[in-house]
Amino acid sequence: MIWNETKECMSRDEMQALQGARLVKLVDRVYHNVAYYRRKMQAVGLEPGDIRGLEDLPKLPFTTKDDLRDTYPFGLFAVPNSQVVRIHASSGTTGKATVVGYTRRDIDVWSECVARCISMANLGKEDIIQVAYGYGLFTGGLGGHYGAEKMGATVVPMSTGNTKKLINMMIDFGVTGILCTPSYLMHIAETIEEMGVRDKIRLKASLNGAEPWTEKMRARMEEMLGIQAHDIYGLSEIMGPGVATDCHLHRGLHVHEDHFLPEIVDRESFQPVADGVTGELVISTLTKEGIPLIRYRTKDLTSIDHMPCECGRTTARIARFTGRSDDMLIIRGVNVFPSQIEAALLEMGGTTPHYLMIVDRVNNLDTLQVQVEVEERFFSDEIRELENLTRKIEHVIQQAIGLAVKVKLVEPKALERSMGKAVHVIDNRKLD
Amino acid sequence: MLLITANWIKTVGTGVRKGGMIMFVKQLSVFMENREGRLEQAAEVLKQQEINILSLSMADTTEYGMLRMVVSDPEQAQSALRENGFSAMLTDVLAVRLENKVGELHRLTHVLRAEGLNIEYMYTLVAGNLMAMVVKTSNGAAAAAAIRNGGLVLYSREELCMQ
Repeated sequence: MIWNETKECMSRDEMQALQGARLVKLVDRVYHNVAYYRRKMQAVGLEPGDIRGLEDLPKLPFTTKDDLRDTYPFGLFAVPNSQVVRIHASSGTTGKATVVGYTRRDIDVWSECVARCISMANLGKEDIIQVAYGYGLFTGGLGGHYGAEKMGATVVPMSTGNTKKLINMMIDFGVTGILCTPSYLMHIAETIEEMGVRDKIRLKASLNGAEPWTEKMRARMEEMLGIQAHDIYGLSEIMGPGVATDCHLHRGLHVHEDHFLPEIVDRESFQPVADGVTGELVISTLTKEGIPLIRYRTKDLTSIDHMPCECGRTTARIARFTGRSDDMLIIRGVNVFPSQIEAALLEMGGTTPHYLMIVDRVNNLDTLQVQVEVEERFFSDEIRELENLTRKIEHVIQQAIGLAVKVKLVEPKALERSMGKAVHVIDNRKLD
Repeated sequence: MLLITANWIKTVGTGVRKGGMIMFVKQLSVFMENREGRLEQAAEVLKQQEINILSLSMADTTEYGMLRMVVSDPEQAQSALRENGFSAMLTDVLAVRLENKVGELHRLTHVLRAEGLNIEYMYTLVAGNLMAMVVKTSNGAAAAAAIRNGGLVLYSREELCMQ
């Protein structure tokens, strides 16, 4: 079922006209309401009148996560706080969190977009849906919740944590849909097998996002649970989950183009590339009021296809993501940058010791181990002192990234350095 | 700690000092990851430097170990190990002379306990005619005083190195 045929099945001409008109209004709005954007535009000699339609989009400067950090917390908000009804913040960081604000209308648009996504998974108001993303500052829980409610489904706000309880409720309530990270769904699927209750599960479809995953994982989850698994894409800076999702044909993720204007740009020249060519996804939020962003660089790598889909939708589709253009890792749905680990280790005093992050997936849950070279200034001949040191490092890293971490002390120079430059990340997660 | 030290100097005078120094022995402590060949490599470095190991103990956790040694030339051993990529440090410990008879460990632990001192770790040293317990306590100076006051004898570094 298509949730909003008017918008999701527009002709390309109509869509471009709508996007052009909305872009002109967006530029005018940020120029007049966000001093930071006004300065940014003035710096390249742009005035709102210079942007007359989609064709002028490449003239506009990009927005990056650094812009959000520079204006922390509310510097990019385009409305007074009296109109902001909710705040979310990016996962993980302490000093570097990116904060986003939503007006009531933003929440409505978000719910609409998530409702469209859930419809793509063939779930509707007859369905009982468990939202098993974390509820809180993370956009997953509340974003999924409001969207599922908007479409009239029966929502079970599970959040994350107690997997057996989730499964028991899944059975007792006759749950037919679930929203969660792909790794958590794999964990749920395996727990169902362990409990031997596969035949009592009525699940039809899942929407999984906030983490990279692959077609092989999809095939495995679909087989284990007898469901259709859909990829739901989003990022808090743009809105949260629900920016794009694949329909039952799974030929890329339909972007809700009337709200989010996608571009793919070359990783080095930052010039727009043709359909089918991989580059960085850049999004302009056409309708957002709270924190509208122009040409936001997502750092996610993908390609785009503007051809209409056989499902009836005409919205552009982005391919499954092939990676990131920066060093961000997504661990258990939390965004982690090696620089955060570095900053945390700096708190230990002095210079940063050499470290190596090892990310793995054990029983379908991501694990993070940080190996730290024992420098002599940290060194002690007492095991107890070394254990205290380990715990202290674990604590500062945990405080910095919001994830449980295991620290292992290693000998000096034990960590590999290539060409004099230290390797800081080994990702052993087998996504294929 | 200062108080105890002052008290100890007053009661036992210079008897416990040699050349104005508390009779600490320098222990060589080496951090070792639990990986194949690491101990062999450390031993090779010491062999090449012609350093004699008088005693050693290995404390281990699941991920790493701590090799503690009393050696003939701790400073040279430390710098050689460092050059070869080991984390090595020198720690002050006490070498308490014990005789080969019943109750000797109790004599030692009793005097330490009486002063409220904790033992961080200990291991035996037997070299030539010397028999000793190498001890690291929560307060080295106080332990040295307690041991002397309890009638036990501390070996000096020179005495050990002559072996």
